[in-house]
Amino acid sequence: MNNSFLRISIWVYLAIFFLYLLGPLVIMSITAFNSSGFPRMSPWECLTFQWFGELFQDQRILNGIKNSLIIGLGTVVLSVAMGLAGALMLTQIWPKLRATYYTIIIAPILIPGVVLGISTLVFWDRINRMLGLGADSFLSNGIFLTVIGQSTFIASYCMLVLVARLQRYDIALTEAALDLGASHAQAFRKILLPFMRPAIASAAVLAFLASFENYNTTTFTFGEYPTLTIELAQKVRYGITPAISALAFIIVALTVFFALLNEAKLKRQKLVAAARKNATVEELAGKIKLPSFFAGNAAAVLVVVFAIATITVVGTATAYDPGQCIADVREQKQLEAEQRIQQLREQREERRKQREAEEAEQGGAQSTPKPSNNSGFGNVFAPNSLGGDESESDDGSSEADPAPSNNSGFGNVFDPNSLQNDD
Amino acid sequence: MSAGVGVDLEKLWIRFGDFVAVRDANVNINGGDFFSFLGPSGCGKTTILRAVSGFLEPSEGKVLIGGNDMRGIGPNKRPTALIFQNLALFPLMKVWENITFSMEIKGASAAERRKRADELLDMIALPGQGDKLPSELSGGQRQRVAIARALCAEPDVLLLDEPLSALDLKLRQHMRTELREIQQRVGITFIYITHDQGEALTMSDNIAVMRAGVIDQIADGKTIYNDPNTAFAASFVGENNVFRGKVKQVMGNEALIATNRSGDLVARISTANQGKMKEGDDAMMFVRPEAFAIAPDGASGDHFVTARVNHEEFEGNVFNIFTEGEGGKEIKVSIPNHGQSFEDHTGQNITLEYETHNAVVVPAGELAAE
Repeated sequence: MNNSFLRISIWVYLAIFFLYLLGPLVIMSITAFNSSGFPRMSPWECLTFQWFGELFQDQRILNGIKNSLIIGLGTVVLSVAMGLAGALMLTQIWPKLRATYYTIIIAPILIPGVVLGISTLVFWDRINRMLGLGADSFLSNGIFLTVIGQSTFIASYCMLVLVARLQRYDIALTEAALDLGASHAQAFRKILLPFMRPAIASAAVLAFLASFENYNTTTFTFGEYPTLTIELAQKVRYGITPAISALAFIIVALTVFFALLNEAKLKRQKLVAAARKNATVEELAGKIKLPSFFAGNAAAVLVVVFAIATITVVGTATAYDPGQCIADVREQKQLEAEQRIQQLREQREERRKQREAEEAEQGGAQSTPKPSNNSGFGNVFAPNSLGGDESESDDGSSEADPAPSNNSGFGNVFDPNSLQNDD
Repeated sequence: MSAGVGVDLEKLWIRFGDFVAVRDANVNINGGDFFSFLGPSGCGKTTILRAVSGFLEPSEGKVLIGGNDMRGIGPNKRPTALIFQNLALFPLMKVWENITFSMEIKGASAAERRKRADELLDMIALPGQGDKLPSELSGGQRQRVAIARALCAEPDVLLLDEPLSALDLKLRQHMRTELREIQQRVGITFIYITHDQGEALTMSDNIAVMRAGVIDQIADGKTIYNDPNTAFAASFVGENNVFRGKVKQVMGNEALIATNRSGDLVARISTANQGKMKEGDDAMMFVRPEAFAIAPDGASGDHFVTARVNHEEFEGNVFNIFTEGEGGKEIKVSIPNHGQSFEDHTGQNITLEYETHNAVVVPAGELAAE
């Protein structure tokens, strides 16, 4: 009983853990398909792909993606090269210096990205001036600065990944290559590099992702080349739209796809290795029958399912037109709004009647206290004007018509009136 | 044998900081020889090998290959090929690519390499296995691939660093024969590093016995076994029983030793020490287990030892008798099994007899650790 309780708790814990981990992503992805103007899952209005269309028409986002890709590529090349050099150095350096060297080379990871960003900017600006170059020189180019700035710490990540692999490298392999007549360059290229290839690939992916998502270093160095994260941050300041959810969905989908693809590839390599082990000499000599791509490879099947699903969705999206649904929803909203206006009018009418009745009771001796408008706050606190406000905003029926008092940085997201519209 | 390329070490010293790994090594290895460096781990034999292959520069002295001083010449320029202790086969390359790596470096075409790999695979009795990966081979097969890879480079000198130590006993014994055969077929100089005296004795033309950076003796296997120079050589190569004492009298090539425990015994002075030992010197006398025979009770003299039997064991080809010896060490006696009846002596005193020329006297010195 105790045991089964433990097992259940573990499952519950796992469920909560994954909910916590993946829940926000799932919800954000779903909001990309809701026609509501603010990213939300409920109430569900209409299935729509319009946000994807909007995303791909947004020149600033597209430009941000382009800049992010260029900078990501530059960072990958620079970081992996520096990381590999650092890792090799770590294995070669005099053992007594190794700990110190390691600390120094890891330090950029511990330094806040903001500091790295500022210092990169200041440092290269100094150099630029020392060389007597103008503000439009290569050294003050946003792409150059961002690549350099990001690489200062991404190279350390790469080094950590590469060192892990390098520690399993048998230096005797290099010695064997040298002994068989290879030069040091040949031994490096033919023996060490192929051995390091998986780690180099991991480091490259890591570097690219770290570069792509970086904000706090980039924010100081981007110059005239804002990356995607910079653009997003600037956009959010002027109100968030589901187009950003659409972008998030695309990124999540791509990540899942490549993770599955990688898994399928690894699985296949394992199957091939197993098949080779069982193969006879003749089979190896050429006629080896390797297992087909899908045999016993769940990940491969998933990749294909995923690809088919994507094609289906994109196909549907081009043919699907949610215009009718959106019109229906708008009509319904208008109807609801009108109903509420009607209700409010009736309420007000009733209140007015009550008040008139009270006044009639008290007689004309006491003059009605007109709202004496001598308070410093105008008539903000007058009870009547509150009532008036309420009815006014209810006239503005939907998001299509933002309230005139829209001076908040988040659009009318936090406007209590728009919240009321949801009811 | 064809006149292969010889290797000479002249006054070779190798130091790591204050630690002296090799002390004044002078060795002449004839071309085409199978030469072994034999010693316990940490004695500096691998260091010598690395100096010959070029991974280490000697602190002093010279390494000559074919009469040429190798100072300043890197491992990739020396006419040597090294077989590493862990073989160091390239894990990501197929067997045939491994074997012909040295040709790839020289820019040979794939077809040429393939052809040469097939020849070598035939030679090492692994035909058709070229497309496997090293990880798909057994230990003995990997061993042979490593040899083929080294031979493919057509070295003048093949260096082997305990290549059999990772194999199990049966395979090791098989590979000994095979290595010796390969060496005789290709006719090049083999320099073999081992701590296993069995390997050294069975394969080598000549053996250098090493202890803590010093070469104690260089000779062929029979000489080393029968006529050791030092106490270390005597105790490290093969099993040996030691009797400590002082030289009481020198009689030509023989000496009378006053042993601490077994009375006065006569033995032959080892060749290298003849004329150098004098009365009163600390000495050690060694008698191999198989050199003893059981003497009739009551026999006594200067080549009889009497001792109490601790225990006995039957090993198949021999009976082993362990008697009380000096300093906690037992005297081991091996009697060949000819199918004779064999009585149990445990707890009794027995008298052992040896032929004087089978016992050897050397100056007292360090013994090999068990």
